[in-house]
Amino acid sequence: MPMSQPDLEAALREGFPDAEIEITDLAGDGDHYKARIVSTAFKGLPRVRQHQLVYASLKGKMGGELHALALETSAPS
Amino acid sequence: MSETAEANPVHDWIAKSVAEHPVILFMKGEPEQPRCGFSAVTVQILDHLGVEFVGVDVLQSEPLREGIKTFSDWPTIPQLYVKGEFVGGCDIVKEMFQSGELKTLLTEQGLITA
Repeated sequence: MPMSQPDLEAALREGFPDAEIEITDLAGDGDHYKARIVSTAFKGLPRVRQHQLVYASLKGKMGGELHALALETSAPS
Repeated sequence: MSETAEANPVHDWIAKSVAEHPVILFMKGEPEQPRCGFSAVTVQILDHLGVEFVGVDVLQSEPLREGIKTFSDWPTIPQLYVKGEFVGGCDIVKEMFQSGELKTLLTEQGLITA
């Protein structure tokens, strides 16, 4: 079951209010996205923890409603 | 560790497997025949680095497929473990490969020679 890009963006914005977020629909099917998120919340965290924070903001949709979300996370330099 | 985690036989099995195998990849399909693009890319990277690894096909077992997600608090597959530590999924492995970090990690752990 796909997730719309506005829904995805809204969920990420809610989770990371300060972030710079850029979403790309990789396949045009509403099911394979790439998100680039730059947020102070990631500062000093290993990448696994950064991605876990993103998945947490999606509240269980990742791996279910959302099949593929390529992530690129970083803290502002 | 919560009580549920302790009582979960699948988690016990995963914990034992990641402790026994220095490099273990939980994936969809087998290393020789991956059944998902993300798993295939991860296998390619490990092969390219020439590291020996054990591939576990989570499609063979629904409890395992769900259990690995709760074990690592990670919602997707593949998942790579090195020396008992969760390294990451396809994106992280790819990023670490491109930056050279993965090679450094495997070299430091004595799993490949530089």
